[in-house]
Amino acid sequence: MKLTLAGPPHFPPINTVSGVMKQVLYALVPGIAAHVWFFGFGILFQIALAVGFALALEAAMLRLRDRPLKPFLTDYSAVVTAVLFALCMPPLAPWWIALTGMVFAIVVAKHFYGGLGHNLFNPAMVGFAAVIVAFPLDLSQWLAPRQLSPGLPGLWQTAQAIFTGSLPETLSWDALSQATPLDALKTGVAENRLVTEIRDAPIFGDFGGLGWEWIANFYALGGFWLLYRRVISWHVPVALLATVVVITVPMWLMGPDINPSPMQHIFSGALVLAAFFIATDPVSGCSTMKGRLVFGAGVAILTLAIRRFGGYPDGVAFAVLLMNMAVPLIDRLTRPRTYGH
Amino acid sequence: MHDLEVGEHLFRFPGGLKLRHHKQIACRDPLARPDMPEALYLPLQQHQGPVGELLVQPGDRVLKGQPLSRARNDREVPVHAPTSGTIKAIQSWPVSWPPDSEAECLVLEPDGEETWTETTAVQDWRQTDPADLIEHIRAAGLAGLGGAMFPTAAKLRGDWQQVHTLILNGSECEPYISCDEMLMRERPGAIVEGGLILARALGAERVVIAIEDQMGAVDKSLPRALAEYDPDDIYRIVEVTTIYPEGGEKQLIQVLTGAEVPHDGLPQDLGLACLNVGTAAAARDAVIEGRPLIERIVTVSGPGIAHPRNLVALLGTPVRDLLAAAGGLDGDVERLVLGGPMSGLPLASDRIPVTKGSNCILVLRREDTRRDQPVMPCINCGECVRVCPANLLPQELFKYLQAEAYEEADSLDLFDCIECGCCAHVCPSHIPLVDWYRHGKGVLRERGIEDARAQKARQRFEAREKRLSEEKEQLRRRREQREEKLKSGGDAKSEVQAAIERARSKSAGPDKEGDR
Repeated sequence: MKLTLAGPPHFPPINTVSGVMKQVLYALVPGIAAHVWFFGFGILFQIALAVGFALALEAAMLRLRDRPLKPFLTDYSAVVTAVLFALCMPPLAPWWIALTGMVFAIVVAKHFYGGLGHNLFNPAMVGFAAVIVAFPLDLSQWLAPRQLSPGLPGLWQTAQAIFTGSLPETLSWDALSQATPLDALKTGVAENRLVTEIRDAPIFGDFGGLGWEWIANFYALGGFWLLYRRVISWHVPVALLATVVVITVPMWLMGPDINPSPMQHIFSGALVLAAFFIATDPVSGCSTMKGRLVFGAGVAILTLAIRRFGGYPDGVAFAVLLMNMAVPLIDRLTRPRTYGH
Repeated sequence: MHDLEVGEHLFRFPGGLKLRHHKQIACRDPLARPDMPEALYLPLQQHQGPVGELLVQPGDRVLKGQPLSRARNDREVPVHAPTSGTIKAIQSWPVSWPPDSEAECLVLEPDGEETWTETTAVQDWRQTDPADLIEHIRAAGLAGLGGAMFPTAAKLRGDWQQVHTLILNGSECEPYISCDEMLMRERPGAIVEGGLILARALGAERVVIAIEDQMGAVDKSLPRALAEYDPDDIYRIVEVTTIYPEGGEKQLIQVLTGAEVPHDGLPQDLGLACLNVGTAAAARDAVIEGRPLIERIVTVSGPGIAHPRNLVALLGTPVRDLLAAAGGLDGDVERLVLGGPMSGLPLASDRIPVTKGSNCILVLRREDTRRDQPVMPCINCGECVRVCPANLLPQELFKYLQAEAYEEADSLDLFDCIECGCCAHVCPSHIPLVDWYRHGKGVLRERGIEDARAQKARQRFEAREKRLSEEKEQLRRRREQREEKLKSGGDAKSEVQAAIERARSKSAGPDKEGDR
């Protein structure tokens, strides 16, 4: 009998990194399906492109850094980064945007800092920030949802648009594209129009943006499943969404003409996605439970500030990156009291 | 809150895990004894603390229950002959701690007669002075049977304030271990009587037995024993929720009282003493029957053993004999664990003997321990934080230890880690966190010792330097004085005068030279 002497515990561990990442991907499926329903196949192309580039870049960096390929390529962390990035892209964004984004996400944000587990910044948001700063125009070309579109582009037309950069002759940008609800709000308020007036536009739905509100609902559905599976803790989503409500409710009650309602805020843009999937990124987030509350609240405050005062219609990416910077300080200030101390 | 009696209201401790119990498989059959081994291997150290004074030599014939070593203080614990026979040798033999090591063991060859030595029981323990009870318990070689093997006498006797409640710990929280459950089913009266004796030794007014809510027939056997042995009704049975590691001393105290044992203190600081139910039964045997601690119940269980069961084993019985008594191995066994699957020690050999703290031998096959994924970097998921019962930040500790920043790990309270293994069990990156913490504690302990040693050496060195320079200085001064005198052309008379004065001052009292 050959005995092995590994230390306790002697049971095999109950979780794996790839298991955690896979569950995050499963949880995104309903939101992605809703996205396809409202905006067509574009998002699937964006996901495929980003995942392909992410894995290729991951493999190249692992090779350069002399790390084993298999465990890190199959941990699905690069896939999660790529999918979260792709979900922030306009459906018909040209292919090289995904490439640029993934270079910044995988090469710069992840491997320059030491690879899995060592990145200070959320890789998907670094990628997004890089492309929105570099290519603001391409990233403002959003499609109108199915209800307002003369016809969503089909598979072949989508592929043509993404890979050639130009639409087939039968389609025109003017007919297809539409400002996002957040864009419309921002420009509208700047033009001194009332929020209620702006909201009369057809791109707005029952409580958020038309289409967007349902995608957000399905993201939330996936998020609840992650909470139930204990893949994420409740601290970040609850703190983030509660802070949005706490800040926007009084503002909306005091000035409903210039301030969007809390529902409008939550159900447009990437806020729900951020609450459950982006700000909950463990590596670049806080370690302590109290710290996670602070982190979530910080993301909410910064997002609202950027939406209100900043140059970008949505501020989630920059809010997350700014809070990433504060993580070491928050962690230090929120250490729990050890038993008996 | 202070008005609440211990166990009157149950509290929660942070973290912990709900684990599958796996206990009943070893409780189906009644207690049995393995065949008498060919030889018993008795480590002289079966407790936390220094070894006692050895009383026998190779070649000596010994009787069952005869002391083989003697305790000179409460930290030492004597070892007794588990059966009658001959001491064949004192030799190095594999032991469980540290892993893969050997220690001095007495080798006792049984003669099969089981002839008892003359034993002395306490006549009427209810009238006996507590100090005499403790003396008796010490002489019987009691050390904590829960696994930590802390000398029982040292726990009972101390200069702390009044201990008001004795907690008997029957909540063995790790999967598979069922020796305490078996004891509570088979000998509940011994536990209850032993608890009363220990309470008298401590001066405690109340006794609380903590059992798990998932235990079998214990909830019937214990109340029956209380009806018989506890006329003054000082006992309380408390069922605690089975959440690993609720049976840890600190966690159990938190569950029963809501209070935390101070990190630099003891349960006694809260007026509590916590002992294992097995220790209570052993105290009863020692005091009422005069029987020293020479045997204990050991669970032999796990997926790799043919017939899991609880055995009454003589101390010194090699694990191999226990495995045989439990039907032998079943399957591709690759690990023997002393203790439970969460915090037990891996055994390097099946020749390792049963000692006073051996509660369970867990037999695991290759497929039970298999780790099919490599260790990955920490992704800071926080699962370890969620399950840590000590409220530590396990992943932060790991990062500091990995960077060899041991002082920082110490400042994050590394030494408050109880090594329960919850963090490592849930870690998706499969980082052997407990191994890291043990390593870190080892380094820090060594450094602590080395620091103290270095400081002493430095002090010695500095004192010596000072002394040498002072001597040099004196020599220089004297030489100068002499030269001065010679220069000033000192005559014989003044020389004589000076010599007389020197002699006078010497006899007047100790001068510097005399001092030295």
